[in-house]
Amino acid sequence: MFTWFHKLGSPPLLYRLATRVSPWFMALTLILIVAGLVGGLVLAPPDYQQGDGFRIIYVHVPSAILSLMVFALMAGASAVGLIWRLRMAHAVTIAAAPIGAAFTFLALVTGSLWGKPMWGTYWVWDARLTSELVLLFLYFGAIAIIRAFSDQRTGDRAGAVFVLVGAVDLPIIHYSVQWWATLHQGATLKLSGSNMPTSMLWPLLTMMAAFTCYFIWLLVLRLRAEILRREWRASWVERLSAE
Amino acid sequence: MHSWHEFVTMGGYAPYVWPAYGIVFVVLLGAAWFARRDLRLALARAAHRAHEMHK
Amino acid sequence: MFTELLRRELLLAWRRPGEALTPLMFFLVTSMLFPLGLSPSPDLLRPLAPGIIWVIAFLAGMLGLQGLFRADHEDGTLEQLLLTPRPLTLVILAKALGHWLVTGLPIVFGAALVADMLFMPARGIAALVAGLALGTPLLTLLGTLVAALTVTLRQAAVLAPVLILPLATPVLIFGAHSTTLVMNGQPAGQAFAALAALLILGISLLPAAAALALRISHES
Repeated sequence: MFTWFHKLGSPPLLYRLATRVSPWFMALTLILIVAGLVGGLVLAPPDYQQGDGFRIIYVHVPSAILSLMVFALMAGASAVGLIWRLRMAHAVTIAAAPIGAAFTFLALVTGSLWGKPMWGTYWVWDARLTSELVLLFLYFGAIAIIRAFSDQRTGDRAGAVFVLVGAVDLPIIHYSVQWWATLHQGATLKLSGSNMPTSMLWPLLTMMAAFTCYFIWLLVLRLRAEILRREWRASWVERLSAE
Repeated sequence: MHSWHEFVTMGGYAPYVWPAYGIVFVVLLGAAWFARRDLRLALARAAHRAHEMHK
Repeated sequence: MFTELLRRELLLAWRRPGEALTPLMFFLVTSMLFPLGLSPSPDLLRPLAPGIIWVIAFLAGMLGLQGLFRADHEDGTLEQLLLTPRPLTLVILAKALGHWLVTGLPIVFGAALVADMLFMPARGIAALVAGLALGTPLLTLLGTLVAALTVTLRQAAVLAPVLILPLATPVLIFGAHSTTLVMNGQPAGQAFAALAALLILGISLLPAAAALALRISHES
């Protein structure tokens, strides 16, 4: 298992792997998105209380979940990069960061649009939205610190420490914001019934899978560019560009 | 969905649902476009540097 | 050895009183802005006071953190510290404690004064002081980590708050609301317990993380 792991740390191997899987994930994304959109916008019945307005959930929830998953991935990659000193792990972190930030931004915007007809304002201090807002700043901070150093390796490792501390802090932030929201009985963005009928649930799962495949597709694209930028002096890059 | 009209107006929620989906598409497509462009530029720069190194 | 390190920090701060007093001054001056900007009415200020004081305490604390490693970085002491056989984590813990004693603790007491000026009842002030006594060390510990990460950067002063504040939101939430709950006669045990637990967690993890950060920022 470890040899496979260390092999991934080799830039040319990782680059080749990224190139190979890229078209598959693009195709999967397209298929799943179409299926999810049809299911969510057309097939799923309207909600008892929110009517057709609830359909925003099919883009809001996947965005929010991915925003968290991507940060968790960054934390894992940061740990791997620090412990085993794998430069490529740090490349994964910085390649993933802007995508995660984009998902966080989308979770905020879609959440805001979901809340407007329910609560009357374009922003509500709902527990989940507030947590997402803090997460957005964690993403900005991570990207800023990684890019702030002239020596890439220092930036990578400093960023890795920040991401790890942020990842440990995230559940604490969630818990504290949740507690804060219950103190003030404010707005909450959720669906009316506690049990979601299957016809409403499967498009949601499909969209989550679609967003995940999209993320992997975009990650490998950005990872390839990041690897090229870091390894441009290497002979394998020369050979590659000669092709 | 029972009619095209119902689909477009989203039962009155159209001003919220469609912009939400719209912005998601714009951002996701935009990010993908930038990522591909980024990769193209990185490949071109790598090729250029390889060429320079062997002059 | 720890006490020796601590004494050194306190001595250095004594020689630079300006740096030590600035956060407290900032805290006091900024608190004055709220009645001026809002209204001097006790009914308005009293319920807002815990939140206002906690937020300003945080901002003042962050201001003070700029100088945590600055002086040692500039005169080369920092590099020497990285080379000594002393465990770096302990050195950092001493630095953080010294820094808090000099900048954080005065704010804890200054807060009592400001709380009175914002019409908080005695019960609330007591809760405020207790909460800040738990919260300001946490902020110092987080700030130590961020300062260690950014000490070699030129724009550290601008970047550091952006890094610290999101990480510190739970401290602000539990802190400010522990005070408010006590002020309103409601049970605040959960909030104080959370603050205490966070402080213990912070003392165990953050100095080691800051030591790692210090080594990383000096690697090149």
